[in-house]
Amino acid sequence: MRQLPLWKPLLVLAVTLISLLYCIPSMLGGKMPSWWPGWFPSQIVHRGLDLQGGIALLYRVEIEKAVEQTTENLIDEIRVVLRTEHLGHRSLQRIAMDTVELGLGTPADQDKTRQVLAKQLPNFSLTWMAEKTAFHLTLTPEYKKEVGRLSLDQAIETIRSRVDQFGVTEPTIQKQGEDRIMIQLPGLDDPGRAKGLIGRTARLEFKMVDEKGDLDAALAGRVPPGDILLYGEHVDRKGLKTKQPYLLKRRTVLAGDRLTDARASIDQNQYNEPYVMITFDRQGARKFGQLTGESVGQRMAIVLDNKVYSAPVIREKIDGGRAHISGSFTPEEAHDLAIVLRAGALPAPITILEERSVGPTLGNDSIRQGLAATWLGCALVLLFMGFYYKGFGMLANIAVIVNLFILMAALAMIQATLTMPGIAGAVLLLGISVDANVLIFERIREELRLGKNPMAAIDYGYDRAFITIIDSHITTLVTALVLYQFGTGAVRGFAVTLIIGLVASMFTAVFMTRVSVALILKNRRPKTLSI
Amino acid sequence: MELIHKKTNIDFIGMRKYTFAFSGSLIILSILSFIFVGLNLGIDFAGGILIQLRFPAPVKIQDIRSMAAPLGYGELVIQEFGSSEEVIVRVVERRIEGDMVQSELVAKLTQALQPLAANGKIEVRRVEYVGPQVGKELTWKGLMAVFYSLFAILAYVGWRFEFRFALGAVIALFHDVVITVGFFSFTHREFTLVVVAAVLTIIGYSINDTIVVFDRIRETMKRLKKQPLPIIINAAVNETLSRTIITSLTVVLVLLSLLLVGGEVIRDFSLALFIGVVIGTYSSIFVASPIVILLEKRGAPSSPPLVEKKHV
Repeated sequence: MRQLPLWKPLLVLAVTLISLLYCIPSMLGGKMPSWWPGWFPSQIVHRGLDLQGGIALLYRVEIEKAVEQTTENLIDEIRVVLRTEHLGHRSLQRIAMDTVELGLGTPADQDKTRQVLAKQLPNFSLTWMAEKTAFHLTLTPEYKKEVGRLSLDQAIETIRSRVDQFGVTEPTIQKQGEDRIMIQLPGLDDPGRAKGLIGRTARLEFKMVDEKGDLDAALAGRVPPGDILLYGEHVDRKGLKTKQPYLLKRRTVLAGDRLTDARASIDQNQYNEPYVMITFDRQGARKFGQLTGESVGQRMAIVLDNKVYSAPVIREKIDGGRAHISGSFTPEEAHDLAIVLRAGALPAPITILEERSVGPTLGNDSIRQGLAATWLGCALVLLFMGFYYKGFGMLANIAVIVNLFILMAALAMIQATLTMPGIAGAVLLLGISVDANVLIFERIREELRLGKNPMAAIDYGYDRAFITIIDSHITTLVTALVLYQFGTGAVRGFAVTLIIGLVASMFTAVFMTRVSVALILKNRRPKTLSI
Repeated sequence: MELIHKKTNIDFIGMRKYTFAFSGSLIILSILSFIFVGLNLGIDFAGGILIQLRFPAPVKIQDIRSMAAPLGYGELVIQEFGSSEEVIVRVVERRIEGDMVQSELVAKLTQALQPLAANGKIEVRRVEYVGPQVGKELTWKGLMAVFYSLFAILAYVGWRFEFRFALGAVIALFHDVVITVGFFSFTHREFTLVVVAAVLTIIGYSINDTIVVFDRIRETMKRLKKQPLPIIINAAVNETLSRTIITSLTVVLVLLSLLLVGGEVIRDFSLALFIGVVIGTYSSIFVASPIVILLEKRGAPSSPPLVEKKHV
């Protein structure tokens, strides 16, 4: 046997101890004793939703709607620019998701209008149509991408703040691709309520009721220009629901982005009905005061996501920037509505693509059975190795156990999530790790059979098996990497477990066992080997 | 303790007529099964809603079917899950989309089935919804994952050994994958994302196994330079036989415990792995190496003698 540099056993010892240290928090379930030093590791391996129950939701942000809204806002902008520059126009309307058509009147203004708009609206490209009497303003692709990126980020922020206020512990909210959001809510088991809270756009608008408009004509399909027909839900005291139509002015006089607060409360005077009290910021309060002052006697509708909640008659000018939304809620609904209003509106509607919810009892059953299977599998393999390879088998067993410690420590360190397929991956890893030792030991036996002396047989066995182990580990690693790259969710967790485990296996099965053998046999130079 | 005491000298290459016939018929059976039976795609790929319910007492599938029928959710796939108290109801209907509809569906279903629970409560253990768009993506991603890993292995083994070894390995892997997936088709077991993970693991395991044999062939080539390839391969496979058996045995031991104790949720996963490991072990002995010989015969006779590549 070649001589053994001191750093080798020290490295093995260090890796083992550090791994153990990182495993302890997970074993204690994150409840560290008071004497545990603060600088010691305290991260634990998170259990996936399949192991603890909870809800996973995959949403798509309808970026097109955000683009559409941006284009819609452009119309107001153009109007303002044209007015300040004293330029006339014949027509102005959105003709596609990302395009506005501007029809021009007097030929004298044509080129000037174009120049002014091109300068003031750098995010749009301009094209002349039909002999310079109109041109199209189209959102540039870069800006469209920017709008998409911003809406996704803003949607994530909004959802995060809603979920935080709802009081879920350890939620994960992640971006996925260009327009997707993955949300995981461990421990929650009411998907309906979670979805109602997360998925609601929460666009709050105040619109005036068109008192002069003919509601019956609108219901028959003849909605006056500049008006919009929306519905509200009316619940009578018997709990019977009826749909109530409202004819409203299309223009939004005040929007929900002027809110600073929203709280659920119970009306003490009348029927103990829950309502939501909203507070405007200074600018919003001023506008609300002005608006209510001008429109005494008229009705103002409170519209949330195109649904009318109430349309009270304005009795007097309301100063102080407070208003309340009532509309036959349950206390729970009022509470959730206050949350979504506080957190603000989503920049675009979101649609659900995928949903998985696991009840807590199933999660518990899964982890219990998974662990039982893992322990049983481990025990069988360890027993077999001990019997089959005796002393060397015991060394291999220690290596396998350390391998599992390293795996768990690494999972805690990188804050990975342990899922059911992850446990299965660990079990498979056990097989691969044992295989490495089997390869070595079989090779040593072969060399002994060929008549080599024990020390030479060990050296030779390790050297020859090493190439094979590297080859086989790397090819498996390649598959695991591909799996990580193309997998999603639980499959990814499986790949992570396998990747970490394979690297750890190379360390424990080859390096660690060899160092141990060298340490044990260093001063003995045995004539025979127990293998 | 030793499993194989004496040096074995089994003529594996000589058996290739029979093993090729055996593998060939399994592959043909699998392909026929794909065509005529098809794959029982889980909601991961097919899209739809899966609801797992637990009843306080055993229930009959027919009862659930007849009580759920009036709800009008189209054809339902209902199956027992582990015990007769636990069932999975799958709504295949593509129409059912949107946020609230699902919670509504779950509520309606549990309400409709309440009479079956007598004086207990039906527990909703798991609800999964996969939209059609995501389903397509997952199918595509799954196929790509298999394709890329085969390609990566072809490249890596081709670089480490020789191209015909790589080809032999990839054909053997293909063999393992087709037969395992064929088994799922034939037995009409649900093919889910987790089973795809298992198939990829099989690729990983089987290549592991094949590489060990190839490594030995390469080594034996150097030792027995003058010998023809069949003798070299036979020697290599015989020399690694005890290792192959012991390793497969330990892995099978672990998989059996997963299969028997691991619970219903990972049953299909463990089963796919189990079949794959058995087939994979068989293929690294009886398929991968004999194919290398087949490729040699077809190759140019003037090709240089088989020696290890210098840069390796």
